[in-house]
Order: sequence, then structure tokens, then C-alpha cells
Amino acid sequence: MFDALSPEEWTAVRLSLRVAFWATLVSLPFGIAVAYVLARGRFWGHALLNGIVHLPLILPPVVTGYVLLLLFGRRTPVGAFLEETFGIVFAFRWTGAALAGGIMGFPLLVRAIRLSLEAVDRRLEDAAGTLGASPAWVFLTVTLPLILPGIVAGMILCFAKAMGEFGATITFVSNIPGETQTLPSAIYTFTQVPGGDAGALRLTAISVVVSMAALLGSELLARRIGRRMSHEAVG
Amino acid sequence: MSLSLDIRHRLGGFALDVRFESEGRLTALFGRSGAGKTSLVNIIAGLIRPDEGRVTVDGEALVDTAAGIFVPKHRRRVGYVFQEGRLFPHLSVRANLLYGRWFTPAAQRYETLDQAVELLGLGPLLDRRPGSLSGGEKQRVAIGRALLASPRLLLLDEPLASLDEARRQEILPYIERLRDVTKIPIVYVSHSVAEVTRLATTVVVLSHGKAAAVGGTAEIMGRLDLFPFTGRGEAGAVIEAQVAAHDAASGLTMLECPAGILRMPHTDLAPGSAVRVRIRARDVLLAVKKPEGLSALNVLGGVVREIGAESGPIAEIRLDCGGQTLLARITRHSVAALGLAPGTPAYAVIKAIALDRRSLGGPLQEFDAADLDADVG
Repeated sequence: MFDALSPEEWTAVRLSLRVAFWATLVSLPFGIAVAYVLARGRFWGHALLNGIVHLPLILPPVVTGYVLLLLFGRRTPVGAFLEETFGIVFAFRWTGAALAGGIMGFPLLVRAIRLSLEAVDRRLEDAAGTLGASPAWVFLTVTLPLILPGIVAGMILCFAKAMGEFGATITFVSNIPGETQTLPSAIYTFTQVPGGDAGALRLTAISVVVSMAALLGSELLARRIGRRMSHEAVG
Repeated sequence: MSLSLDIRHRLGGFALDVRFESEGRLTALFGRSGAGKTSLVNIIAGLIRPDEGRVTVDGEALVDTAAGIFVPKHRRRVGYVFQEGRLFPHLSVRANLLYGRWFTPAAQRYETLDQAVELLGLGPLLDRRPGSLSGGEKQRVAIGRALLASPRLLLLDEPLASLDEARRQEILPYIERLRDVTKIPIVYVSHSVAEVTRLATTVVVLSHGKAAAVGGTAEIMGRLDLFPFTGRGEAGAVIEAQVAAHDAASGLTMLECPAGILRMPHTDLAPGSAVRVRIRARDVLLAVKKPEGLSALNVLGGVVREIGAESGPIAEIRLDCGGQTLLARITRHSVAALGLAPGTPAYAVIKAIALDRRSLGGPLQEFDAADLDADVG
């Protein structure tokens, strides 16, 4: 099966996995923090924050990509600052593809975590408090384990979204083979050239397999976690 | 231990205005649903910040709104056993038990896992998950978990309320042992006269957000004016007695109390054991002459001291039987027919089978106060 892929196709697959992996991993702490604030916080601007987080879900992806370009392009103040201070460049790099994927997947990540946070029995957190756990320890030892299924579900959704992200990515970081040409961009390129159908089909098959594997994996994981906390004895 | 509380707090349309002090080993907060019992323990535990007032344990303020003191719940060292257990579903029983211990500084730990497991019979449960436990087992684990945080005060909020009668009888002895063995001062919330009578050393009667009365268990249960709060059906005098002897032929147990000898169906307590007996007022008949030819085995002579305030056709009578208070609940018609009035000599008649194991409290063991300071202080 692997022999069937050309080196360029293979590169696109690897790049997509790398982009989606980093997009998910870096989004995660922010996602948990924002979900926590949205689920528990009562403050002015709550609705506004909620709106901003969900914006990429509703905006045309091209708009999101263009906004990213305006914000993080090399000649913008933010882009220049990041390059000079941290040496991070987003424009036309794979890191930019990861940023675009992360931004597009963020609402899905936050939504899943927020829902599970709202389902947590806060009386358990009170109980942990009376047993001597400070708020930070309560979060780490009670809240976090209880929302683990939601975190896993959110990560899977974010990963899948980042892998499949096309519009924002191509607008922000273009379609450079080996650097920013992810699976969807590669498929798009194949469909634009004569005789590219076979390549497009092969990559489409890969996309389906990876997405299915992610979904099944998350289902299995969620079920295992659920069983651990359910009403059955262990062993 | 001394617990002193003086708080005012509004919860929606409900106002809590409670002041009491207790030196008791097991202080019962007693009252009907909605009297404010749970809100009060939540204030002691630090789950609710009162609008105004003070809560002190052994002289140390946990809350003092005037002085701007509010010790957060995780620094109070106040153990809390909730009505519904609230065990952590993602942890094993063992990890649940050890949860609070982990946050307790080593120097303040006085309870070990082995002790708690032994006290509460938790050995077979350790490797199970909370979800697989029965209601009674959950509550025992919840008690153990609170205990292992080595608290200086333990709050039990109706720990038996969600259990059926059989489970209650299973847990009550454990709570008695908790009171007598661990020496941790306990605040016990209940609306059950039977539980309070059996367990409490001090009773705080709560009604509509106020402390209607505070005092020793026998004293509070013997007060006619508190009947509306304690609940007429279950109310009755509490008698401290001693097991005098068992009669093998008749299968009866003889109890000795200041009023005389009480006979009841056999219980397996050793002669000499101190017991606490609740005699429900509605189980007591009154006679003005010593009755004869009766099947009832207990006839105690005494004097009428008080006839309760008007409440329809029923009257509550307080008798003094050799220094022991006894309560009777009879019709007002009978009061008139017998010519009962304060000072009238009368006989109280109680069927032996009105006294059963359920009306007995386990022996309240005394211990040295110095001992307590050394262990808990």
C-alpha cells in the first residue's frame, strides 16, 4: 500500500499528521482554560468571548485565513515581533498550517470540554475541598479526571478538523509542496492537473482511513474511561 | 471540644438566625426538613459564607464577619459526611479513603487507614469502585474518608436519610463506635427522634431557621413545649438505665433506672451495661390507682408534674417517677375523667414489648478528657 504512494504524496500525508498533531497539542491547554472560564466564569464579556471562540466555525475559512495573514504575516507587527523574540515564523511555513488548523479546530475542542465540565457534579468538588484539597488540587485530582472523556473527544475533533482544514490554510500559508501542502491541498492540486485523478483518489482513501481510525480510537478510549468510572467493580 | 456559633444568613426567602454553644461529644442538630440544618453545617464546613456572624471551634474562629475572617474550606480541618456520600467515582475505595489523608500534614494525622478500616469494617471493600457499593457501604466509606483527613470536628449531614431501615440499623453501631472510640467531636444532623435519642449528648432543636432549644438529650426530649418540633408521634422521654439481669425462663431483660425496674424482651447486652432507653409518650398509659390484672409488665409510680398546652383532643403529661422524667400522651377526655392535675399521684403503665432493641442506645462510654486533648488537640 505504501509503495503505491509517490514520495510527494507520502510527504503530504506525513505533513498533515504533523500539522494536526501540533495544532491539537498546543490548543489543548488554551482549550481547557477557555472552556473552564466559559463554563464557570460569570463576568462581563462572557458572551463576547464565547462568540470570538466560535467565530472560525461560522466565518468562511478563507476569511479566517486572510485575518491570520493580516495578523501573523512576516511584515506585520505581531509577525515581526514573534520572529525577532522567539524565532517563530508562521507565514508560508508548516507552523502556519498548524496555527490555522488549531484555530479552526479550537471551537470544537472548547465545546466538547465545556460540555463535560458543565456535567461535572460540583458537589464532588466541594467534598474534595472539605478533605483539604485547595482549588488547584481539586481541579487536578477531581475535575480533570472527570472531564477526561470530554477532553479526549475534543482532541479527536480538533485533530480531525486540523487534518482536513483547507480554506484557511491555503489562504494563510499557500500550497507549497513539502512545507504547507497538506492532504487536502495535495488532493486539490491533483484535481487541477490532467491525469491527477489516481493520486487524488489514493489520498482521499488515506483521508478516509485516518479519519475513521481517529473516530474509532476516540470511541474506544471514551468507552474505556467511561467504564472505569461506571458502576462496575474493577476486575 | 467547644463549638460556638452565632450567625445570621439569608437564603432566598429563608432567614437563618442561629446562636448556640455546645461542649458535647455528639451535638445533634435536630429539626424538620427546611429548618435550616444543612445550611448550618454548610456554614460550619465553609461551603456557605454567612452574611454575618461567628463560628468558632475550640476558641479558633473559622468565620468572623466582624473581624473579616473566613477560613477557606480546605484549611478548616472540618470533616464532612454528606447525605449522598459523594464518593469520587473515578477512584477506588482505597484511594477515596486516602484522599484527605494525602492533604493532611503528617504532624496533624491521627487516624491511619488500618484503624479506619477496622472501625468501619471496610476491609472487603478496599479494591472496589464506589459505583459498585450499596448505599450503606458508600456511607461507611464516606465516614472513613472524612475520618482519615484527621479532622478536628466531624459533620454528619443525615448520613442515614437515603438508606432503608435495615441499612440504618447496620450503620448506627458504627456511628456509636465513631463517637466512643475516635473521640472526635461530631455534629450530627437529623430529623429522626430515634437517631438523636440514640446518639446525641447535646441536642440543638432548630425550627424555622432559629435554635428553639439547646440542652442535654434527656432534658430536651423530656420537654413538653418542644413536642411540636420533635414530632409528636415519635417523641418520648429518654431514660439512662443499666442492664440489671436477664431472665432466661421468661426471655426478658431487666433494666434498672431511677424510676424502678423496666422489663423488656431479651437483648444481648451484658449485665451492668449502661443503656439509653427511649419510651415513646404514646406507648405510656396512666392510672390513678395501682392497676391489677394487667398484661403490661412495667408499672411505675410517680407524680404528675405538668400537663402540656392545649392541642386538640390530645394532652401530653410529664410525670416524675422517682426523679426520672416520663412522658405520656393521652386524651384530654381521660385527663378530665381521671382528674389529673399537677401534683396528682399516678402510675405509668408500659408494655414490655414497647421497648425493643431499636429504642435502646448503645452504652455511652466515658473517657478521660485529658486523653482527648492529647489525641485530638
